[in-house]
Amino acid sequence: MEDLENFRLEVREWLQANCPESQRQPMKREDQYWGGRRGKFPSEDAKLWFERMRDKGWTTPEWPKQYGGGGLSPQQGRILKEEMQRINARTPVYGIGIWMLGPAVLEYGNEEQKQKHIRAIVNGETRWAQGYSEPGAGSDLASLQCRAEDKGDHFLVNGSKIWTTAADKCDWIFCLVRTDPNAKKQEGISFLLIDMDEPGVSTSPIPLISGESEFCQTFFDNVKVPKENLVGELNKGWSVAKALLVHERKLMAEMGSDSPRKVLVPNAAAREYLEFENGKIADARLRSDLVDYDMQMQAVALTHFRTFEEKAAGVRSAAGMVMKYVGTEAEKTKSELLLAIMGSRGLGWEGDEFTAQEIDTARLWAMSKAMTIAGGSSEIQLNLIAKNVLELPQS
Amino acid sequence: MALVLTEEQRLLQDTAKDFLANNAPVAALRKLRDEKDPLGYSPDLWQQMAEMGWASIILPEAYGGLEFGFLGLGVVLEESGRTLAASPLFASAVVGASAILLGGSEEQKQALLPAIAGGELTLALALEESNHHRPTQISTTATAQGDSFVLNGSKCFVLDGHSAEQLIVVARTSGGDRDSSGLTLLLVERDTAGVSCQRTILMDSRNAADITFDNVTVPAANVIGQVDRGWEVLEPVLDRGRVAIAAEMMGVALEAFERTTAYLKEREQFGQLIGSFQALQHRQAHIQSEVELCRSVLLQALSTVDDAPQELPLLASLAKAKLNELAKRVTNEAVQMHGGIGVTDELDIGFFLKRARVAMQVFGDTGYHKDRYATLCGY
Repeated sequence: MEDLENFRLEVREWLQANCPESQRQPMKREDQYWGGRRGKFPSEDAKLWFERMRDKGWTTPEWPKQYGGGGLSPQQGRILKEEMQRINARTPVYGIGIWMLGPAVLEYGNEEQKQKHIRAIVNGETRWAQGYSEPGAGSDLASLQCRAEDKGDHFLVNGSKIWTTAADKCDWIFCLVRTDPNAKKQEGISFLLIDMDEPGVSTSPIPLISGESEFCQTFFDNVKVPKENLVGELNKGWSVAKALLVHERKLMAEMGSDSPRKVLVPNAAAREYLEFENGKIADARLRSDLVDYDMQMQAVALTHFRTFEEKAAGVRSAAGMVMKYVGTEAEKTKSELLLAIMGSRGLGWEGDEFTAQEIDTARLWAMSKAMTIAGGSSEIQLNLIAKNVLELPQS
Repeated sequence: MALVLTEEQRLLQDTAKDFLANNAPVAALRKLRDEKDPLGYSPDLWQQMAEMGWASIILPEAYGGLEFGFLGLGVVLEESGRTLAASPLFASAVVGASAILLGGSEEQKQALLPAIAGGELTLALALEESNHHRPTQISTTATAQGDSFVLNGSKCFVLDGHSAEQLIVVARTSGGDRDSSGLTLLLVERDTAGVSCQRTILMDSRNAADITFDNVTVPAANVIGQVDRGWEVLEPVLDRGRVAIAAEMMGVALEAFERTTAYLKEREQFGQLIGSFQALQHRQAHIQSEVELCRSVLLQALSTVDDAPQELPLLASLAKAKLNELAKRVTNEAVQMHGGIGVTDELDIGFFLKRARVAMQVFGDTGYHKDRYATLCGY
């Protein structure tokens, strides 16, 4: 315990000395740095901050030191996160490589893959996209059709992937591809890393109801992929994907608490947009909705902490299995509640008549609808809880 | 603060589970009900519980306590919720003991706490005066008269009121009838002249009473805490009680939930196990997610009692409101998913349904705690 307290003091001191003042300010979307060959630093300070953190290995604090990570224990990682939050230090680099691919390669990749890809993620050199869903295989991930044929020294990939986040800005994509068309659904799938600069790879953005188009469709037309890019065993990609989905679910559940944008929370919105009488929100129904939401959110946050403590203590429970479902549903509830609290001020879509925060809130509301669909819809989550936690019979 | 049980607490939980399964299964409550047992619990069982240290879990060692803290208490209460064990555990070992511990003079502590710890002394909190929990709305009066107070008024929904040897009475010594100031806690022997007690038969077959006080003389030495400042003791005592009953409700809800899941795996209709129907799967899976949230809330609330009492009001209201909702939903779904047999007295599920409804009213219903939580959050 004392060691951890010393570590906290060291971290605090280091952050104080090394985090530029400008990197402790609330962040707008354009302030985020995502790395990669096409990545641009939003400012000189952002570059300096990123480099300092990278040199400590703290862009990926809990990854092994031998691949450039920080080598911190989960407890130390948590302390670093808390200390960064304490001074509002910005996340120096974002990326699916850090959140998802890295952990999967560390677990399933071979030594060469770790040397090549982990270090590049730590150094912010590659930006990764995820290629799971297909136009015909949404929630039913195992029925995917994008195929990779064995051509001796390489695979020949044909097909397409949808909902590939920011694929038009990425360098590499990790894909689930069908390598054995005759096997049963989730057998015969492999996990492949594809360089997006290879001939035959193309992407096109998809406009969403939120007005954004961060998702793309990515096409593969006779793309040659070297055999060394296979992660895990041939036809065993499903287990790699499963491990990764856990990370994705955790991530989506976390998004509310670790959102890069400083967004309005309902409690603060109530003070700004609602009438109060004798210290209470005058609209009894909205007051009741707000307290329901606040209680739910506190319960979700506590459960989040619990999963962390359980992991550190080596205790298994079903808490992790429900986080994606409860976290994203709570986010959706929050967005609806914000709109209700703001009334017509919550409807602004663009222009100067509304504040940036109001427009952000409306757009986030639309985006929140995707959260209970992406990464395994709420219905899929309930199926999984029924099957894996309650062990109910499958039809 | 911990959201994971220690090895010691898990052992205590296992011990409690075994003991209650063998000595106080749901069948024992059914028997007390069917035989119209005048006491409403088994004194032998309570003695055994006390010998295991359950009556003194939260008490300091100096007063004969186990000093196991609220997390320890929580696991025992949760297990007793699973078997619906009727005992003075809540009214005496949690509420009564907390009142003495937080408000009593050293002399009172020395005199009363070891007796509570040994299971020899049982207590009941005489608080409520109307059909809803309104802890400051007290019109029972205590009027100073020389070295004594004279008590007049009536109380309802006094848990263990008909069986406890001593009552902790919340009375008004000054102030308006809704003020939190001007309340005083008094320790009153139940067989004092002028105390009349009527046991009420509630749906959960447990123990509650209506009590009236007609010119009851109570020595001034029996005041717990300070005159007019009873609220300073009462509020934290109620919060401890709220967290404790929430732990019991977790046990009630979990047991009903698990029995229902088991039924879904054995009951066949239309040639299939009904647990394979997605309409039922999703409802149970949703409850599982609520169970996990409630688990975290409950653990946090229990450890808050010992580690961060300044945050207790918020956490106690969160825990009570959340567990109220969980227990209501789970028991309703349990009956529905069991179908016809779910509404028969033969099946135990009805006992869980009824206990949940009574527990939901103890020390504040869902609406009370949501309102309090909102107020504490400043809106």
